[in-house]
Amino acid sequence: MTIRGLLSATALVALPVAAMAQDLPPCENCADSMTVVSWGGAYQTSQIKAYAEPYAAMTGTTFTWDESSNEAVAKLRAMNEAGNITWDLVDVEGPDSQRLCDEGLAMEVDIDEVLAAGDDGSTPREDFGDSAFNDCYIPQIVFSTTFGYRTNVEEWGGRTPDNLCALFDLENFPGKRSLERRPKKNIEWALLCDGVEKDDLYDVLSTPEGIEQALAKLDTIKSEVIWWSAGAETPQRLADGEVVMGSTYNGRLFSVIVEQNQPVDMLWDWQVFDFDGWIIPEGLPEDRLNRVLHFLHFATDTQRLADQAKFISYGPARASSQPLVSTHADLGVEMAPHMPTNPENQKNYLVNNIEWWADNQDDVEARFQAWLAQ
Amino acid sequence: MTEATRTGQMLAADGTPLKRSLQRALRAQKLRALMLIAPLLLFIMVTFVAPIADMLFRSVENQIVSDTLPRSAQAIRDWDHNSGEPPSEDVLAAFTIDMIAAVERKQHTRLGTRLNYEQNGLSSLFRKTGRGVGDIGETYRDQFAALDPAWTDPGTWIALFADPSWQADHDAWEAARTAARSAGRSFAEPVPPFRLKDGMAGVLPETADAYLDFARAVQGGRNGDPAARAPWPPVYLALYRDLTAVGVGRIATLDEAAQALLDPAHYAVRGFERADLAALYAGIDRAWSQPDVWATIQTFSARYTPGYFLTAVDLKQTPDGITSQPADQKIYIMLFERTLVMSLTIMGACVLLGYPIAFLLANLPMRSSNLLLILVLLPFWTSLLVRTSAWKVLLQQQGVINDILVWIGIVDNAGRLILINNQTGTIIAMTHILLPFMILPLYSVMKTIPPSYVRAAKSLGATNWTAFWRVYFPQSVPGIGAGCILVFILAIGYYITPELVGGTSGTFISNRIAYHISSSLNWGLAAALGTILLGVVLALYWTYDRLVGIDKVNLG
Repeated sequence: MTIRGLLSATALVALPVAAMAQDLPPCENCADSMTVVSWGGAYQTSQIKAYAEPYAAMTGTTFTWDESSNEAVAKLRAMNEAGNITWDLVDVEGPDSQRLCDEGLAMEVDIDEVLAAGDDGSTPREDFGDSAFNDCYIPQIVFSTTFGYRTNVEEWGGRTPDNLCALFDLENFPGKRSLERRPKKNIEWALLCDGVEKDDLYDVLSTPEGIEQALAKLDTIKSEVIWWSAGAETPQRLADGEVVMGSTYNGRLFSVIVEQNQPVDMLWDWQVFDFDGWIIPEGLPEDRLNRVLHFLHFATDTQRLADQAKFISYGPARASSQPLVSTHADLGVEMAPHMPTNPENQKNYLVNNIEWWADNQDDVEARFQAWLAQ
Repeated sequence: MTEATRTGQMLAADGTPLKRSLQRALRAQKLRALMLIAPLLLFIMVTFVAPIADMLFRSVENQIVSDTLPRSAQAIRDWDHNSGEPPSEDVLAAFTIDMIAAVERKQHTRLGTRLNYEQNGLSSLFRKTGRGVGDIGETYRDQFAALDPAWTDPGTWIALFADPSWQADHDAWEAARTAARSAGRSFAEPVPPFRLKDGMAGVLPETADAYLDFARAVQGGRNGDPAARAPWPPVYLALYRDLTAVGVGRIATLDEAAQALLDPAHYAVRGFERADLAALYAGIDRAWSQPDVWATIQTFSARYTPGYFLTAVDLKQTPDGITSQPADQKIYIMLFERTLVMSLTIMGACVLLGYPIAFLLANLPMRSSNLLLILVLLPFWTSLLVRTSAWKVLLQQQGVINDILVWIGIVDNAGRLILINNQTGTIIAMTHILLPFMILPLYSVMKTIPPSYVRAAKSLGATNWTAFWRVYFPQSVPGIGAGCILVFILAIGYYITPELVGGTSGTFISNRIAYHISSSLNWGLAAALGTILLGVVLALYWTYDRLVGIDKVNLG
């Protein structure tokens, strides 16, 4: 590389940072530190790299990370009862955000007011679209639960599954399956493969026979299912050959397939979209709240959400971020084809009806557990 | 004969009865002992006993319903849920005021979540109703406004309902705020707490009550000032109801300004178009026109409920009494049974495996027994998760054990054993994890058994077996007792290992408790399940004490 080339390359790298620093308005009456709650692992690393580190470099804010998102709802409720909120910003999944909002544990925010407009000029509400489905939620990414399968199963005789219903096809695709030990998603998939249309799904589930129909469909493969409770189990079982196909989060499959190069492939058919995003705990003191809002304005803008996809294969929640998704930071792989939001992968997809699940979770869960125990 | 023996009382040297003097001397000692243990006692009380007591209390506590819907809980008491009709207009009016106040305080969704545990669909029903309840009473607000525009002015309401001393306080507060703002200072002082004018509750009871709730709810929010906001439409509903019920004579007891406002309204309400509350609620959601939802509210409006405990034993509290859960939702009794049976199995497996090892440890020469002890302790010091994961690698169908069995030819490739994700997996992994808790007490008891006893038995002609069974074994029983109690009590509350290797048939009741604590947030049910589990353990401990005697237990 010539010296001139090198210079212009540096300039290209340095320029956006400089521009960013100028864009960032000063934070008035703000705390110097933040306690952010997330999931740990690769996902938290992507957040640190994509927005916490740049923000800390510009503002000198100290970040403390707490890997408690798994129990965030229970812990926040306990903190609220004790009257001592130690968290500033909490990363939760969609259904949890609904519960926190319902319980008054999360602060209501007007995203049009506190977040940056999209790079394409859209308002935050337009830009986030369906993902901003309640008054407390500030979405970051879209992830999906989908299926991986082994590509070298002898019994399959060279066939590979091309749609979700291969899951229920023990004749052509024999072998053990790995499914989550929860009714959610499983009963929706069972109905879809039992001839129910996507639009009728929750109407059917609301009838007394709906759940039975779903469980009857799952009964046909019950003896071949190994159930999982942690997202890492399916990738491990696929890699060990313990199962021939199984459901898990698309990011986990990405690392099995692309990073670890296992003989595994994935199926995007009827992937179930879920969102992950921020909520602000209710009752923060003013200076901490100011810091959180200042950070959020930066961390959820179009570029930052697109940056996150360099580190993990989850899609940005903003529509305006999609065109900016580039390559993986270490592997150099083009990330767009691995995004759940990629149009190619989105031909058939589902979004869980969070309201329906909030209403029916307890009963369906009890019936599912009773069914499992039979 | 001394004085003391005659009266039957022993006296100390100073003439006080000996008993009392001894007590006094001992009291000082006891006090000192208490002082010494006080830090620990206090620590345990604060960090252990109090949280557990609080958690157990949640299993019966149900104040959220009567706290959020105080008027409705009162009004619905006499409603007959078997009538097939939703409750009367009075109940609906009370419910409207309760709901709007709950919405302002953002408590209605929390209540919906609570009641959803009892009846599916109430969570979204309350959320939905929260959005619609603010419109109930709008008809009346509009009609009052058409009669006299002053009715939509916050000042009118303040003049009518606020205590004059509060008004004075409020004026002072407002002046201070204006002064601060014009000086460019920030002003964070809250509005003085609202006080109701005396006598209003006698004339317009529902309205006064509703307005008071309005003022308090508004003050609870950020920068809430009741004097800056006209009341919610439901308050106008209350006003309409009061004015149709109250006599002219009552209004005449009020001051002139109030009379001037209320007299024409009192006359006019007779001609007002009526709002059909039942229809309005049915318009928000059809569920409100069914008796079911109301019956659930009625049943669970008590401050304490046996509901969680009933759910925990597969029963259900309904308006018509206690019934059994549908067969396809019964899980808890089965889980309790499974937990007990599997814990006993694990305990038995630990005795069978642990006894010979402890025997070896206690009877081998020091050097080799030390090495053996390290082998026992090494896994004991290893992280629980590491050990559990190691079992996965060993036990799974494509795992080490199955591979070896296939390689030797004991099982063929298609018939690989299922050793994990079922009860077998849980029993194997937990037996391994809990084994040290059996071996260590056994070892420490066996260490104290003098070898000379067995030798004596043998010298008197006993066979090896008789000497062991009649002489050695009975002396090691306290160790077995201690080990069994330790292992059983630890096993019954185990959670992480069954979760990871138990699949569907090898999970315990504690996995359900964890689910209700962290996922479903039904802490009441989790507390009830926990209380039952604690009760079962205490009952078993008591039985053990009765049968074996706890003083026979020896931890070494």
